[in-house]
Amino acid sequence: MASKVLAAAVRRSLSPRIPTSIRSLSTAAAAVAEPFDETAGISMKGVKISGRPLYLDMQATSPVDPRVLDAMLPYFVSRYGNPHSRTHLYGWESDEAVEVARAQVANLINASPKEIVFTSGATECNNISVKGVMHFYKEKKKHGVGALYMRRRPRIRVEPQMNGGGQERGIRSGTVPTPLVVGMGAACELAMKEMEYDEKRVTKLKDRMLNGIRDRLDGVVVNGSTESRYAGNLNLSFAYVEGESLLMGLKEVAVSSGSACTSASLEPSYVLRALGVDEDMAHTSIRFGIGRFTTEEEIDKAIELTVNQVEKLREMSPLYEMVKEGIDIKSIQWSQH
Amino acid sequence: MLKHATKRILGLGLSETRSSAPAVTRILPRFYHERVVDHYNNPRNVGAFDKNDPTVGTGLVGAPACGDVMKLQIKVDEETGKITDACFKTFGCGSAIASSSVATEWVKGKQMEEVLTIKNTEIAKHLSLPPVKLHCSMLAEDAIKAAVKDYETKRGKSVETASSTTVKA
Repeated sequence: MASKVLAAAVRRSLSPRIPTSIRSLSTAAAAVAEPFDETAGISMKGVKISGRPLYLDMQATSPVDPRVLDAMLPYFVSRYGNPHSRTHLYGWESDEAVEVARAQVANLINASPKEIVFTSGATECNNISVKGVMHFYKEKKKHGVGALYMRRRPRIRVEPQMNGGGQERGIRSGTVPTPLVVGMGAACELAMKEMEYDEKRVTKLKDRMLNGIRDRLDGVVVNGSTESRYAGNLNLSFAYVEGESLLMGLKEVAVSSGSACTSASLEPSYVLRALGVDEDMAHTSIRFGIGRFTTEEEIDKAIELTVNQVEKLREMSPLYEMVKEGIDIKSIQWSQH
Repeated sequence: MLKHATKRILGLGLSETRSSAPAVTRILPRFYHERVVDHYNNPRNVGAFDKNDPTVGTGLVGAPACGDVMKLQIKVDEETGKITDACFKTFGCGSAIASSSVATEWVKGKQMEEVLTIKNTEIAKHLSLPPVKLHCSMLAEDAIKAAVKDYETKRGKSVETASSTTVKA
C-alpha cells in the first residue's frame, strides 16, 4: 500500500513541471501567476526564501507519520462506508475500524474503550468539558479529530454540545469520520510503542539546540520549568531582542513567538506572564517545537540562523547597547505613551 | 529509509499542489509590505553617535514592557541648524525598525523646525502599516521630536515650533 503511494508520488514529482495553473486562469490573472520554479525559491506575503522552511513548530501541528497515513488510506479510497450504516458490509467494516481505533486510544491512557468519545478536536473537547458543566481529562490530537475521556465510575453527566442523530452514545452527534479516527488510533498505538524512544531522542535534540545556542549567545533564558516540561517544547527568550523582529528574520525556520506584536493587543502572552517571565522579557520569546521527524541537521541549521539573526538584532538594539555600557535597564524611567 | 524517502517525495508533491492554486492578491493580516522587509534586511543608519557631543541630539522613547524602544540621534550643524546626519537603534518589531529607519532617512538634510512637522501618518503611509502597527510610526515621530528637544536643551535654547526664525548663539 505504501509502495503504491510512493510510486504515485514519484511519478508526479518526476513529471515535467507544467504550469497547469496558467491554463486554468484568465489571461489577466495568468500574467500575474508564476510557475513554480525550484531555483527561484518561494515568494509569499512579501517574503522571499530559498526553499521550504525547516519546520520547528510542532506545538502548532506536526506532519502525519507515514505509517498512520498508511492505516488511514483504505478508509478514504476503498472502505469508505459510514460506520453508522447498519445494513451493509461497508458500514460494518467501518464500524469495526472505529471500535478498534477506540480501543487503541483507550489503551494509551489506560482507560476502557467505553470511556472514549470521538470529537472534532481539542476545542470541541474543551467545549464539552466546560460547557457541559463537568471537568474531564481530555486528550487532543491534531488534524481535525479528537478524543474525550469520560470517566464511567463514578459516572459523569454532561450536556451534549452537538445535537443530531445521537451518535457516540448521545454525547456527540454527527457521523464519526472513520479515516480520521482510524488514524488517531494508529497514532496512539505508535505513541504507546515509541514514546520512550521518542522522548529520549527529542530530549537529545533539545539539548543539542539549547547548548548550541548558549555556546554562542548570552542572555538566553528558557521559559518555564526546566524539569516539568515536554522536552520538545523549547521556549526561549533572547534578551534585548524583540520576538517579532526575530521571527521576521527567521523565515527559513518555521517557529512561533509569544511576543505581543504577534497578537492584536500590545499585551505579551498571558501564559508567559503566568510563568513569571518579566514584562520586558516577555516580548522576546520564541518557541521551537521539536518532534519525531526533526533531524540533527535541522537543529544545527536552526541554531545557525537563530544565532546570526539575534546577533544582528542586538547590534541594532538600544537596550543591548545600554547593557554593554553598564547601565541597568531596570533603573531607567521609560517614557510610557 | 522508507520514512525519509516518503518525507522527501511527499514534500515535493505537496509543494506542487500548492503552486497549482490560482494566484490571488488580497490583503492578509500580518502581511509585511516590501518596504518594511527592505528596511529590515538592509537597515539604513543603524549606529550611535557620542551622546556627549554637543552637536548631537538623542531621543529615547518607548518602554521594554511595551515591546518598543527607539533611540534616534541627530547630528546638527550649529551654524545652519540643519541636520547633517542621523542614526538609530530600535528594540521592536519589524514595523518599528522600519519606522525608525525611515525617520532617520527623512530627517537628514532638513532643518530642525522642518522635521518637527513630520507626521506619523506619513511614515505609516510610506510603509503601508496596518492599523495594528500605527503606534510604531507614532513612536518614530516622538523619537524625532525627542531628539530635537534634547539638542535644543543641550544648547540652552527653546524651540520655536511656529515661527521660522532660529536664534543664533
